[in-house]
Amino acid sequence: MVSEASIWAILLLPLAAFVVIGLVVRPFLNRYAWVSGILLIIALAAALALSVLTLDAVIRSGEPHFEGRQWLDVGGAVIELALLIDPLTAIMLVVVTGVSLMVQIYSLGYMRGDPSYARYFAYMALFTASMLGLVLSANIIVLYAFWELVGVSSYLLIGFWHERPAAAAAAKKAFLITRIGDVGFLIAILYLFLQGDRFAAAGLNPFHIPDIWQAAQPLAAGGAVLGGVGLTWLTLGIFSGAMGKSGQFPLHSWLPDAMEGPTPVSALIHAATMVAAGIFLVARFYPVFQAAQHALTVVALVGGFTALFAATMGLVMNDIKRVMAYSTVSQLGYMMAALGLGAFPAAIFHLVTHASFKALLFMVAGNVNHATGTFNMRYMGGLWRRMPLTYALVLIGGLSLVGIIPFAGFWSKDEILSAAWSDGWHGGGPAALWAGKLTLVFLLTGVLLTAFYTFRMIYMTFHGEFRGGAEQERADLAAEGQPNTGHLGEVHLAESPIFMWFPMVLLGVAAVFSGYLLNPQWVEEFGIPKHWITEFLIEGLKSTPLAGVVHLEVPAFNRWMAAVSTVIALAGIGLASVLYLRRSAASKDPLEAIKPVHALLSRKYFVDELYEDVIVRRSFYNGMVRAVDWVDRVVVDGVVDAIGLVSRNLGPNFLSRFQTGEVQAYGVALTLGSLLILLGFLVF
Amino acid sequence: MTLYDLYLISPQLAVASTGILVILLDLVFQRKGFLPYAAFAGLLVSLTFLVIQSVDLAGAVNLVDAVDSGAAGVLAGSLAVDRFSLFFNYLVLAALGLVTLASVDYVRRIERFRGEYFGLLLFSATGMMLLASATELITIYISLELTTLPLAALSAFLMTSKSSEAGMKFLIIGAISSAVMLYGMALIYGFTGSTQLDEIAVVVTSAAALDLPFGGYALLVGVVLMLVGFGFKISSVPFQMWVPDIYEGAPAPVVAFLSVASKAAAVAVLIRVLFTGFFPIALDWASLITVLAAASMTLGNLAAMGQSNIRRLFGYSTIAHAGYILVGIAAGVRTSGSVTGGPEFVSLGLNSVLFYLAAYAAANLTAFFAIIAVSQRTGSDLIEDYGGLVRRAPFLAVALTLALVALIGVPPTSIFIAKLVIFSAAVKSGLVWLAILGVINSVVSAYYYVRIVRVMFLEPPQEQEASGISPVAWFALTVSGVAMIGIGIAPGFVLRAAEIAVGALML
Repeated sequence: MVSEASIWAILLLPLAAFVVIGLVVRPFLNRYAWVSGILLIIALAAALALSVLTLDAVIRSGEPHFEGRQWLDVGGAVIELALLIDPLTAIMLVVVTGVSLMVQIYSLGYMRGDPSYARYFAYMALFTASMLGLVLSANIIVLYAFWELVGVSSYLLIGFWHERPAAAAAAKKAFLITRIGDVGFLIAILYLFLQGDRFAAAGLNPFHIPDIWQAAQPLAAGGAVLGGVGLTWLTLGIFSGAMGKSGQFPLHSWLPDAMEGPTPVSALIHAATMVAAGIFLVARFYPVFQAAQHALTVVALVGGFTALFAATMGLVMNDIKRVMAYSTVSQLGYMMAALGLGAFPAAIFHLVTHASFKALLFMVAGNVNHATGTFNMRYMGGLWRRMPLTYALVLIGGLSLVGIIPFAGFWSKDEILSAAWSDGWHGGGPAALWAGKLTLVFLLTGVLLTAFYTFRMIYMTFHGEFRGGAEQERADLAAEGQPNTGHLGEVHLAESPIFMWFPMVLLGVAAVFSGYLLNPQWVEEFGIPKHWITEFLIEGLKSTPLAGVVHLEVPAFNRWMAAVSTVIALAGIGLASVLYLRRSAASKDPLEAIKPVHALLSRKYFVDELYEDVIVRRSFYNGMVRAVDWVDRVVVDGVVDAIGLVSRNLGPNFLSRFQTGEVQAYGVALTLGSLLILLGFLVF
Repeated sequence: MTLYDLYLISPQLAVASTGILVILLDLVFQRKGFLPYAAFAGLLVSLTFLVIQSVDLAGAVNLVDAVDSGAAGVLAGSLAVDRFSLFFNYLVLAALGLVTLASVDYVRRIERFRGEYFGLLLFSATGMMLLASATELITIYISLELTTLPLAALSAFLMTSKSSEAGMKFLIIGAISSAVMLYGMALIYGFTGSTQLDEIAVVVTSAAALDLPFGGYALLVGVVLMLVGFGFKISSVPFQMWVPDIYEGAPAPVVAFLSVASKAAAVAVLIRVLFTGFFPIALDWASLITVLAAASMTLGNLAAMGQSNIRRLFGYSTIAHAGYILVGIAAGVRTSGSVTGGPEFVSLGLNSVLFYLAAYAAANLTAFFAIIAVSQRTGSDLIEDYGGLVRRAPFLAVALTLALVALIGVPPTSIFIAKLVIFSAAVKSGLVWLAILGVINSVVSAYYYVRIVRVMFLEPPQEQEASGISPVAWFALTVSGVAMIGIGIAPGFVLRAAEIAVGALML
């Protein structure tokens, strides 16, 4: 057993690090800013150890149950601070603390010399703590509070280099777009509140997550508090929150821009944590989604479409981090699709493997940036000679991402594809319908594109001739008369210091082995039972009310699907090799030959233009805001003119303004307003 | 008038006499630096009386009715000293205390009449505290005027053209709205034959049985016209036009006080009048409140987007927050499930309003104290002049950022909980669409609040005028900031206080 205090400590350790760094180190000991990194690493190492202990305890002795503490009482609905420790939480705790620890160690080297060293680690600590709180919470309101905190701290991290306009804009975009998704999430919570009396009648708490699971189940399983259209909308509301955070289409556009943050930030929040929060959220409410099959169909289709849609944009990006960003959006689409298809354990399995190899790939991008001073792959090339270790690691990460046996990504991606093929895991639901087949087509096409863009990235960066790095880019920018945006660094082609490659090697090991060893397909390996992670997660589901309703079984390894996906992946790699491996330094990107497609992809399907220009600027800002402004000025002033008051602009002294009628206008508007209200009551 | 009657209004008397005393001290002494502290000391006296009254209330609902002699005191029927009024008195005193401290630096720029500045603040606060207690229409009217007139004078205090304009506008619009309100009160008196809310309630109960809006046209016109006066004070649409002008022109501490305390007091009297005097026709006026809430939220948030002056922006922001508060008031009523389908009281709605007022007070005061400090450094209220604030004054920038984040309603700040409770209450009372509109509005509002954060952190620093901020102002900023976060993390205490206060109102 694991004590409640030690689980709280997992959350409180990084939080304490945040407080100490923010209130002590940064204001008073800024000369010793390096302390802050060490502090956070110690806190996270302890938190990781406790997380592993928790996981171990859950494996050995099942889910511990702790009493909640009342935090708030809103009209009889009690909001509790309570821990929910199930296999999902236990796995997430290890992933979040583990990846965060690796990223912090990497950051020691990467952020060295940054004047805001302490601030950086303070934000990182806050972010990690919020993410852990989100994972641990058993109450949907508390979960939502941490959810928002994740949003705020990611805003701070993405905009960390706030002196760069692009970073500040990206931070704002991330904050606002994820909040659009949160509207749905909040409405879902309000819906739960609306059902409060029915929950109470069934002896359930509308905000306690296991109680929400219970309420969504059919009558036979002792639920039936929620159901019908209401349940579908509830789940879609939760899903819309998840879409925002996990960058699912059409709320994906913030994620690539968020690459403006420091690279370790991208490794943490865009590989392993924040974006995974959306997946986690749907997984957390999986027993509820399971009762709303229409919602699951939507989840599967949105996920599948995102997987393909994002991958197409990844094909043409020249910024190495943006390739990774679209790759992340695409991989999140795989996880979401898996959830929609009922392959809950496969989604979490992929989340775990993806966390390791994507964090690794982002760190590779960081190393490359350290060496070349730029992120633009057109100015890289030939780096494998100078950075053999990084090259080896990018191959591991890349093969894992593409899903080549025996790398980690293969096993988890294969699990998802098999689920899509075999009509889902329950032999029914959306997976059996056309939606399931369509999703499978999306995902398989995605495999081809993933292989292509991954190896295009590797070839452009590490193969061929070196194309000058930041110095050349600076020169080109100057030649074109474009301003230097200030993000270009110095060129010194060499491997990075030990701080940076040490965590990378650890992640590299995970990217090779975590796939097979977490889920051995045929026999027990090193004491890890066959199908361990799948069984473990299903075990967790069995302790929910879902167990009585849905038949859960572990699928066997699907050789055919493995063969098909491997062939497709190899085809993608082959195509990339043909086009990019032997390309001369001066030639254009072969994809540019297909001009309209290339333009469409590199402009990201014009989604940014659509959102920012058409929707925000023209419709919303110009339309609604101006309408209000118009009412404020024209109508009010018009009334003034109409009743024949003195014309405006008589003189600059202060009396003139109310002589010209503004005050009278206000008085008239006030009176008219009251008359209008009276009239309204008399007419209706 | 017995000593007991004096005791009943002792908190108000203490504030008013402190006001007079401060003005006299100003005449006598050459050095004026101690005046705010004298005013603050007077507040502590008032606070002491409030605490004594709170203790006394342990055994009673309303101290005014608890006269031993049998004969009702002179205040019976016109004032109530109950937990509801005490909640607001504490809130007004807290806001007044903090604003007084935050004014210490600010008044140095005022050449003359520094004593009067604090005197007027105290007089206005007296009106607000009476307003929270008033249970009779004439008393309400007088208290409202006592609240408004000193604020109009204070708005003009800087004697710049903008400030004078603000003062004149506030005075004239205030006069129009109180004239309209007085008509309404006269009609109500004509219909019911009484100015006391409890006696009005009796007549309204029998009128409510009639199948007419508000139980009669005289009541309809009377109540609506009276709402105009309250709507003006809480800056609800369509009585909001004055707000941005006053917010831009009046001295910043006065605006802070206006936005927090004056709004709270007006909400207090609005709740007391509607819920104790006119509850039988609640379904009629609640529909009006619902419309005003939706309009205020939406118009306030949309209009705030186009603003370039931070104080105008906050003017529109306060209109939007008035909308959220009205959502809570509308949620205080729902159609009962009984056969008659009459109104049913939902205490969560009013609880949420009281909580929201406290939460908003903490957040808005924090924001304004930061704005006051910044405008002292730069002499400007344009948002563009906040550029690079994080480098010039990092702590101010962080404090203002936290306040803005709170105003959006992001956890763990006070307004997150407040919005949660208020929208939950709306849902519970069947106003689901209003709650959804509120949620959408909160997201829209993020746009303009975040814009300020962006300017502070992103844009290059402006030239600065080095002038320090006194420890007292820091103290006020810190207290309100800690309250803002504290209420968000541990909301139980304030929520419980709001529940108790509302419990005293509706028995």
